[in-house]
Parts: sequence; structure tokens; C-alpha cells
Amino acid sequence: MFEAILLTVITASTPLVVAALGELVTERSGVLNLGVEGMMIMGAVCAFAAAQLSGSPYVGILAGIFGGGLFSLLFGFLTLTLVANQVATGLALTILGLGLSGQIGEVFVGQPGIKLQPIVFPILSDIPFFGRVLFSQDLIFYLSVALVVGINWFLFRSRTGLKLRAIGDSHSSAHALGINVIRTRYLAVMFGGACAGLAGAQLSLVYTPQWVENMSAGRGWIALALVVFASWRPWRILAGGYLFGAVGIGQLHAQIVAQNLGIVIPSQFLSALPYAATIVVLIIISHNRRTTLINTPASLGKPFVPDR
Amino acid sequence: MRIELQKRANVSTLFSIISPLLALLLTLVFGAIMFWLLGKSPLGSLYIYFVEPLLEVWSLHELAVKAAPLILIAVGLAVCYRSNNWNIGAEGQFTIGAITGSILPVLYPEWHSWAILPMMMVMGVIGGALYAAIPALLKTRFNTNEILTSLMLVYIAGLFLDWLVRGPWRDPKGYNFPVTKSFQVEAVLPEILDSGRAHWAFIFAIVAAMALWFMMRFMLKGFEVSVLGQSERAGRFAGFSARRMAWFSMLLSGGLAGLAGISEVSGSIGHLQPSISPGYGFTAIIVAFLGRLNPLGIIASGLVLALTYLGGEAAQAALQISDKAARVFQGMLLFFVLSCDTLIHYRIRLILAGGKTAEARA
Amino acid sequence: MKKLIIALAASAALMGGFSTGAQAQEKKKVCFIYVGSKTDGGWTQAHDLGRQQLDKALGDKVETKFLENVPEGPDAERAIERFAREKCSLIFTTSFGFMDATVKVAAKFPDVKFEHATGFKSAPNLATYNSRFYEGRYIQGQIAAKMSKKGVAGYIASFPIPEVVMGINAFELGAKSINPNFKLKVVWANTWFDPGKEADAAKALIDQGVDILTQHTDTTAPMQVASERGILAFGQASDMIAAGPKTQLTAIVDTWGAYYIKRTKALLDGTWKSEQIWDGLKDGILTMAPYTNMPDDVKAMAEETEAKIKSGELHPFTGPINKQDGSAWLKAGEKSDDGTLLGMNFYVEGVDDKLPQ
Repeated sequence: MFEAILLTVITASTPLVVAALGELVTERSGVLNLGVEGMMIMGAVCAFAAAQLSGSPYVGILAGIFGGGLFSLLFGFLTLTLVANQVATGLALTILGLGLSGQIGEVFVGQPGIKLQPIVFPILSDIPFFGRVLFSQDLIFYLSVALVVGINWFLFRSRTGLKLRAIGDSHSSAHALGINVIRTRYLAVMFGGACAGLAGAQLSLVYTPQWVENMSAGRGWIALALVVFASWRPWRILAGGYLFGAVGIGQLHAQIVAQNLGIVIPSQFLSALPYAATIVVLIIISHNRRTTLINTPASLGKPFVPDR
Repeated sequence: MRIELQKRANVSTLFSIISPLLALLLTLVFGAIMFWLLGKSPLGSLYIYFVEPLLEVWSLHELAVKAAPLILIAVGLAVCYRSNNWNIGAEGQFTIGAITGSILPVLYPEWHSWAILPMMMVMGVIGGALYAAIPALLKTRFNTNEILTSLMLVYIAGLFLDWLVRGPWRDPKGYNFPVTKSFQVEAVLPEILDSGRAHWAFIFAIVAAMALWFMMRFMLKGFEVSVLGQSERAGRFAGFSARRMAWFSMLLSGGLAGLAGISEVSGSIGHLQPSISPGYGFTAIIVAFLGRLNPLGIIASGLVLALTYLGGEAAQAALQISDKAARVFQGMLLFFVLSCDTLIHYRIRLILAGGKTAEARA
Repeated sequence: MKKLIIALAASAALMGGFSTGAQAQEKKKVCFIYVGSKTDGGWTQAHDLGRQQLDKALGDKVETKFLENVPEGPDAERAIERFAREKCSLIFTTSFGFMDATVKVAAKFPDVKFEHATGFKSAPNLATYNSRFYEGRYIQGQIAAKMSKKGVAGYIASFPIPEVVMGINAFELGAKSINPNFKLKVVWANTWFDPGKEADAAKALIDQGVDILTQHTDTTAPMQVASERGILAFGQASDMIAAGPKTQLTAIVDTWGAYYIKRTKALLDGTWKSEQIWDGLKDGILTMAPYTNMPDDVKAMAEETEAKIKSGELHPFTGPINKQDGSAWLKAGEKSDDGTLLGMNFYVEGVDDKLPQ
């Protein structure tokens, strides 16, 4: 049973992890995009629509990535080119995304979706326990792990990653060093959008292969919180995402176990657990002021206009 | 072709006025196209959306009802954001304010005194402020990021309210449905005029906005907010404490959100129920920025946003477009308003290929 | 200035071509307030299908209108009042949370008729209506007891309101009429509408050993999970056979159309009265989706039960029934009154969950 529960946790956590990773890169470049929920739901509807029309969930994944990325361009244009306020633009993006996705998806409501099938690694998948859990998953799960490793390498080992972090910490200095701040930020915003779109694709192709309005149901907000929770470090996103997912699934099992034991626990308290747990863990890991400050992009959310 | 911005030496007063109008014009043009694509008469649709809600008395009242919580919450948030404290959880403070404010009418439904209403309001303020004190405490004491804690506390507040109205506070005569007893007459926030539903929350909102505008403009506290918001270091040199400011701004915004919560429950709903807000706490964030974090601007932006809800509903009812289309239109309007604001601080140049500069008259 | 506005209004009205012509005024307006989106695939969509049926049946005499995604609270009051002012003759408010708002607006507009779904407050111009979903759940319970190998079913519940508690009890009573030891496990998702969470709840129940699922939430996600895991399940609100062709045994389908047509006809005849209506299978307000994925004898049993309920021969809440703690509730042959059902806040024997009191 433990294995089955773990598989459920993975499915529930993957979209949070993927979307949060994208937002992490965006925020590391100094841009705060609160529109994750909107980009995620756009990704979900694009992925579902493309999969239905083409018959292939892989086309759906591409469409989800593309849809989220394209949608984030709107945010990029407003906040980077026109230096509109990032917080307000991000929230407006969510309003627009929820409306637009509903409009696009209207014809797809009630259609049974195409589920993205797992890719089973031969031999490796025969390893007891780990084989099923780690090597018989769908593409998006593998991508989520690859993203963690890749982003970690990119941010802390690659030259471009160093530039990106430099921009996030001080766009003026980075600009003075000849780094193209706006172009890099555009790319970072689009990467964030693409990841949110991929997370959306996971919702409509893996988690629950169907399209219904608002199906992201607030997961974009959780992803945003995860970035802060992880203090802008990729590995911690993985940990935070799985913690949140595990507590969420755990509380459902706790309900049934409590019933078996005849204990009364109001389900609202159990439902509140993931949120409370996130706060508590953050308190524990953030008491060291210095490490938190080092990782927080100093120019996060601040507008930048190159002077010439 | 690319777009370049050039910072203006001074904030353009002209464009402070023109920019919202330009945004409106763009919205009208694109809105007309959208309605036309949906197969509706463009002019008629826009008329229903923007003008009709302003022509009838009852609808003006509804505008005030809708705008009141948005303005009340947003002015508090403006002070928060100006001082660089990121309270994202006004929705939760709204909920807790509604709960603590409702303690008296729920537990003492037989208490008929004029004193109950002011006490409810005060308790709502205290509840909201105390709930905002949690992220403030965690931020100042444990260095925990307030964006995350305040957001998580929203969900917890919602579930707590849910538990209360389904459990201990459930109306025993309500067939076990999740509502509390209806508040006694003395506990209902009265309407301002006989002609409609607008109640005192709107007056609270205007007064709060005026008071905070005065504070930001003329009082040392306002100066402290701005200085600390721009640079914590500079603030320290001036002898201001960022820690105290975190407490001040969080308690203030939480208290106002709590007041909004109890006024909404007391004035508009009349009892507690599982859902008391269609996301006012989040929408107020947009309102705050749309009003450029200026309390007077927020009165205007709160009314505009309320109008988009009413207009969207009117358009739905009259034209039978979907709620989604109304939402898309609202998003579009927000985008135009936000992008046109750029003109206040910047000159925009279109750089055409070949390095020719075309100065857009903006 | 005022003149200018009126002139503008008039010209815009001309250009817009509003349907305020004489022809439109002859038709009565029947209006609907929805809590969700009309394409939510669940509760609201069922109501909207009902509205469309009404359009089809009486479209020459009435015009229908709707407002969707109306939040419960002050927004609802405004939305309802808007319809009342727009001269709707009959307004259906289709969520429990609209109750007080409907009561308030009804008092303001005595000439307009109102009908509120699933509530308990009425007025001379405000009727209430509901559907006896529990009749369908009783049949489902019987089928579950026949089909389950382990004798344990899982119930994905939304919120602990009487409607849901009643459904859980009816399901358990149906199951116990076949297998007295049948057990029911309940998981509260604390949402009506979140496919992900509903799927998680379904998985949790299956992992905890149930081999049949039923749901009181709105999306087809639990049906999909059941289908993937190869167990059987029941649909909710609409026929969910598309989501589980080899999984769905039957579904309770909300067919509000029959009711809406009946009441609109009454409005047109002038026989509309404020009543507290609680229709059931026999009235067509709910129907059972085709019985599938079960042997013929089970199907025959289900059909027989359905027929007995329709004829009034069988009332699911007929004693002897004990409460969860073993204390007696109904004596042998005694039938529960509607009031107790509508305010139900206790479980019958055999349900494992505990209700917080």
C-alpha cells in the first residue's frame, strides 16, 4: 500500500514542482510573475485541446508548453517592455487566463481525455519498489526530475545562469557589465510560462485526463508559495512540493484510518494540514537570516529601464 | 521595430489624466472587436457594460456595495506594499475579521442594544489585525517570508470558517445547513439611504482612504512608510525601524481587511456562511496597484473594478454572453490600464528598423 | 447633461437593436441563477440542460435567461434582483447558498415568482424544490452490495450537509438490504469541484481496500480513477459512462428539465402556487442511467427496486433502522418523515465515518 500511496503523491506533487521550478527561474532573474495559476490553466486547456485534436498526448504536452510560454509573453511585454507593475499584471494574467481557458475549452467539456502513458524503463523497472516508483512513470515526471537537476546546474554552474542571477540581484550592475537585462528576463519569463504550461498539461493529461474549467483549482498559488518556501533553490522545491503533496494525500488516508479507529477529527482540520505544515517547516528552515538573504533575488519585482 | 522607454524628468500630470482615458479608449476598441466576434452588437454591448450600470439608482448602490470591501482592503494593502511588506493574505484576514466580528450576534442573539454594532466592528478589526499579526510575528521574529505565511493562512482561515458554520456555530433551527442564525436587527449594518442596499461599509472605505491619504501625505508616519519602502538602510539612518514598520503595516492592513469582513457579513449577508467572499482579498491587490498605491487613486480603481463586475453581469444577463467572456474582457481592461500607466513616468519611442526614430506622440 | 445621457442611451439602443420590441414582450421570461459555470460537467450543467429542454419544449411561449458563476452572498442578491428588474416572471435560483438572497429579493418583488433549489425558506411568491436523490442512492447501494467482493464501498463526499448525509445513509441502507454486514468508508474532499482532489480521494479509498466507488462531488475524475484501477463505480449528476465505459454501473442523472417544464406550464396556466416540492424518480426529476457492467440478475433487481420506488411500494427509509450508535431510530414498518430527512445529521448503522456534531 505504501507504494501505491507514494505513486499518488508523485502525481499530486509533480505539477506543483514543475510550475514552481519555472517560477523559480523567472524570479531568479528578478521578475515576480504572480500569474502562475493563469498560465497553468492555459497550459492545461491547450494541452487537452491539442491531444484531443491530434490524438497524441505528446502533441498535447508540446501544446501545453507552447501555450503557457506564449501566454507569459503577454506578461513579459507589459512588465518588461512597458514596465507595468509586476504584481498587478500577474494577477490580471490569472483573471484573463481563467476566462480565456474557459472560453477555449467550452467544446471539450465532458470529453474523455487521452491519458499520457508511462514510459517503462526495461530492467530498471524490475527493481523492487524503486522500479515501479521511479522508472515506470510518465514523461512529465521524468522531465520534472531532469528540470531540478538541469536548473540547479544552470543557475549555479553555467555562465548564463550566473548572468541570470546577477540580473536578479542587481539589474543595474548587470546592465553596466553589458548583460542584456531585458532579453534575459524575457527568456526567463517565457521559461516560467512554459513550465507552468507543462504543469497544466500534467493536470489535463496525467492527473485527471479531462478538461473542466478552473481545474487547476489554486495549484498555481501553491507553486508560487513553494518558490518562497524553497528560498529560491531547486532541490528545496522538490522537497517542498513532495512534502505538500504527501501531507495532502496523507490527510485523506488519515480520514479513513480515523474512521477505522472510531476517532472523530473534523475533516477541515485535516484539509488545513498541508498549509499549516508548510508554514511550520518554513519557520524552521528560515530562522537563519543570512542564508535566506543570500538566496533572495534582491531586485525581485522591481522595474528596470535601461538608461542610454 | 522595437520599443524604448525614456524616463521623464518629472511625473507627467498631463498623462496622469490622459493615461486612464487612453486605456479606456483601447478597451472600448478591443472590446468592440471582441463583442463583434461573439456576434453581439459592439456599441450596444459596450453601452450595457459601461454605461447602463451607472444610470440606475439601485445599480449605483450595488456599485458601492461591491466597491466598499475592495477599497477598504486595498488602502491598507497600499501602506503595506509602500513600506515593502508583502501581505498577500488579506482574504484570510477578511475571513477572520468576519468571524470575530460575528461572535456577539452568533452567541448572544437575544442581546438587543445599539452598542452591539460598534463592538462588532471593533472586534472585526481586532480579529483581522491579530490574524495579520501572525505573519508579522513570524517575519520579525523568525525571519519567515510573509508572502508565503500570509497566503497559507488564507486557506486555513477558510477551512476554519467552514468548520465553525458546519459545527459549533450552526443555526440549530437551520435544518443542519451550514449557516449561523441570522443576525438580530441591531447587529445589521444600516443602509446609508433608503433608496438601495449601499451600507456603511462604503463610508468606512471612504473615510479610511481619506485618513490614510492624509497620513501618507502630511504625517511623519507616512514619510516613514515611504522611506523604509524605498530603502531599509536609508530608513535606519533616519532612525526608523523596519521591524516596527512590519508590525504597523501588517496590523493596519489586517485590521482594515477585518473591518471589511465584518461589514460585509453584517451589512450585506446578515449571517455567516461557508463562502463570504468571492476573492475580495485578492482582487484588492489589483485594486491597490491599479490605484498606484495612492489611497485616493484606490477609491477610483475600486469603483472601476466594481463596475467591471457589474457591467460583466449586466452584459451576461442582457446579451447572454458567458461569464468567461466577461472575465476575458475584464482582464483586457486591466492590461490596458496597467500598460497605459507607463506613459506617466516614461516617454515611449518606437525604434524602426534602420535606426530611424519615430517619436510616438506619447 | 442628463439629456445628453438619455440621447446617447437612445442612440446606442437603436444601434444596438435591443430586444425590447413588442414581439419580445409577449413571451414571458424564465430566468436561472447558477452557482457554477454552465459547462462545469456537473451540478450547474445539469440545470442548464434542464433550461435548454425548457427552451425546446416551450420556446414559443417563453424566453429563458441565465447568469452563471454567481458567488453566494451579496452578489447573488444583486444578480437575482437584476433578473427581477428585467421583468423575469419566474426565477429559479439553483444553489442552497442563494436561499437568503432569494428570500430578500422575493419580498421586494411580490409580483415575480421565485423558486429556490434545495432550501427550506418559502414565501407566497417563493417556492422551494428539490430532488429525492436518495432514491437513486438506495438502488446504487443494492447494486454495490451485489457487485462488491469485499463488501466495502468508498464514498467521496463533499461537505457534511443533510443532503450528503442522507445520500450516504440511503446508500448504506440499500447495501444492507442485500448484505447486512456491508461497510461504507467515507472521505470528505471538502470541495464540490476539484478534479485533482477528487481523484486523490478516490485513490486513497481504493488503496484502503474498497472495491466499489460512489461520489457526491461533481467531476468525472473519480470515475476515471476507478476505471484505471479496474474497479466499479457510480456516476453523479450526469451519465458518466464516457469516462468509464467498463466501470460505470449506473449514475444518478439530474433531469431538472421535467420539473422546469412542469412549473413553467403552471406559470403560463396561472396555476403556479408556492409549494415545497420534493420530487423523486416517479416525477422524472432524476433518472437512473442505463444499468451496465453487471450481470442480468443484478440488473433485474435494480430495475425492480426502481419500479417499486416509483410506485411508492418501497421507501428507502423504512424501519427497522438503527442509528450509527445502535440506538433505534425507526420501528419496523415506520417511514421517516421528510423533515427528518431534510435535516439529517446522523448516520445509520454500518457507516464507518463519524459526523462531527
